[in-house]
Amino acid sequence: MSSLASTADGADSGPVTTSVGDRRDQKRDPRVPFGPPPLRRAGRKGEWLLAAGLLIPNLALLFVFVYRPLLDNIRLSFTDWNISSPQANYIGFANYVEWFGRDDTKTVFFNTAVFTIATVVLSMALGLALALLLDQKLKGRNLVRSVVFAPFVISGAAIGVAFQFVFDPSFGLIQDLLAKIGVASPDFYQKPGWALFMVTATYIWKNLGYSFVIYLAALQARRGDLDEAAEIDGASKWTHFRKVLLPQLRPTTFFLSITVLLSSVQVFDIIYAMTRGGPIGNGTMTLVFQVYHETFVNQRAGYGATVATVMFLILLVVTAVQVRFMDREQRA
Amino acid sequence: MSGQAESAIQGQGRVGKVFGYAAMVAVLAVIAVPLFWIVVTSFKAHDHIYVRPAEYLPIPFTPENYSDVTTRIPFFAYFRNSVIITFFTAGIKIVLGVLSAYALSLLRFPGRGILFVVILAALMVPNQITIISNFALVAQLGWKNTFQGIIIPLAGVAFGTFLMRNQFLSLPHEIIEAARMDGAGPFKLLWRVVMPLSWPTLVAFSLITIVNEWNEYLWPFLMSDDERTAPLQVGLTMLQNNDGVTNWGPVMAGTVLTILPVLILFLVLQRQMIKGLTSGAVKS
Repeated sequence: MSSLASTADGADSGPVTTSVGDRRDQKRDPRVPFGPPPLRRAGRKGEWLLAAGLLIPNLALLFVFVYRPLLDNIRLSFTDWNISSPQANYIGFANYVEWFGRDDTKTVFFNTAVFTIATVVLSMALGLALALLLDQKLKGRNLVRSVVFAPFVISGAAIGVAFQFVFDPSFGLIQDLLAKIGVASPDFYQKPGWALFMVTATYIWKNLGYSFVIYLAALQARRGDLDEAAEIDGASKWTHFRKVLLPQLRPTTFFLSITVLLSSVQVFDIIYAMTRGGPIGNGTMTLVFQVYHETFVNQRAGYGATVATVMFLILLVVTAVQVRFMDREQRA
Repeated sequence: MSGQAESAIQGQGRVGKVFGYAAMVAVLAVIAVPLFWIVVTSFKAHDHIYVRPAEYLPIPFTPENYSDVTTRIPFFAYFRNSVIITFFTAGIKIVLGVLSAYALSLLRFPGRGILFVVILAALMVPNQITIISNFALVAQLGWKNTFQGIIIPLAGVAFGTFLMRNQFLSLPHEIIEAARMDGAGPFKLLWRVVMPLSWPTLVAFSLITIVNEWNEYLWPFLMSDDERTAPLQVGLTMLQNNDGVTNWGPVMAGTVLTILPVLILFLVLQRQMIKGLTSGAVKS
């Protein structure tokens, strides 16, 4: 036991670094994060039982309400279940055939793609721009930082309800501001394209603060010496941004691209509060909204489950591509 | 968010400074003007809402919208439900998160790494994929329109486990080992040694959880039909449904009342909240 004598070597600095010490564990599989070196001899029965007792409630909840329904959803997608009846008949791939053949699939897919790409790209780009701006020594920057982050903590449903009136084509805020410069307001309520614009803009307005604080934290944690070196070299600001800053921020960008994508694909509250998926039936219908709509409004849970399964597969592929892309980038 | 490392794009001339301040003002306007608009509308009299050009000050000042929204819908019942749902869901998540993290960081047992991955991977499963099957299960249990039906399916915790585990792993081993040699049992160790060193992270985790549960929409929306269990957010969209043409004064008052608790919490404790969000992201 060298517990008290050996100091500091185990004291991990950051809250995130996962593997601490114990080379054996790391060699076994560098991807699986392992804890601190064995504090006592491993495998003691009491410890094992205690761990089980501490973990089982949480694991049970996750199994019953996350992993079980994930699998059950796939089973349901092969049925014609209607959510209320006890009876569900196996109908093979009929739902999938229907999904690929239906006209509205194209619209829903297009809406989802536009909404997701616009929200991910714009909120990350604007978040980075704001982080760069508010990382500078400007008076009042703390106030602006708080203001930019504030909408992120507000309920999406409340924002959706209130922003419906902000965008009201007859009496709303946007309409009035446009009128002041002599422009007629687009019909955000009736025109599908403008309705999609409305929910996208609202989502970005609400969630921009997240990308912003993550980028800002990354900027504050970065290595200042590289900046100085670049300054001495007389690099232009643009070169400096591209060659020094962006590469340093790459892990953050990767992290954000996955988390922002996951949350933006899942958005329900804003769309429900603002448009109920409309106008004209499916003007702002996204895949997630369609899952809800088919299952609970049209009472076609089997078909809804099919849409959910397709969506999950798409997400899985997109995330896998992101990870692969990142891997290659880092090796290069 | 104290910036020790100042910007790279530092030392720019006066032009840069002017541009910086102009950008700051623009950002402030884009975020604050809609919020201002919401608050102002909530204090406007009915016939001053539907006018062109729009009025930017609530004259005559009409606080009646607030009494209106609390009488036209069972506002206080919704509010009570929101408090109950948030309190219990967040409470369970915080306790389970701490206990799971403790097991995954300070106890040694076979399969620990795998169990950690199993918990963490739950983050990758969107809620919406699980709602159909969960809805069926909860309905079967007879839990529709009950608090347990809303709370229990949401109570599993992945992000918090990750956050707290990283915190526990960052504690100096010497302290923990010393406490163990003094004969501290596992719960005494957790309560007397590990937790006192981890308050800031626990506060961050708790805040994020409370805000998330308060804002949770889809699941309570599916689970509750009326004011017996529906939280504020659901009540708000029901209010929207009630009137064919939305009566914006009271609706905006309801929105302000829904937003306010979280916004106050945020203004007081934003530092801690941001710490929780960023500590999971930066560096990993």
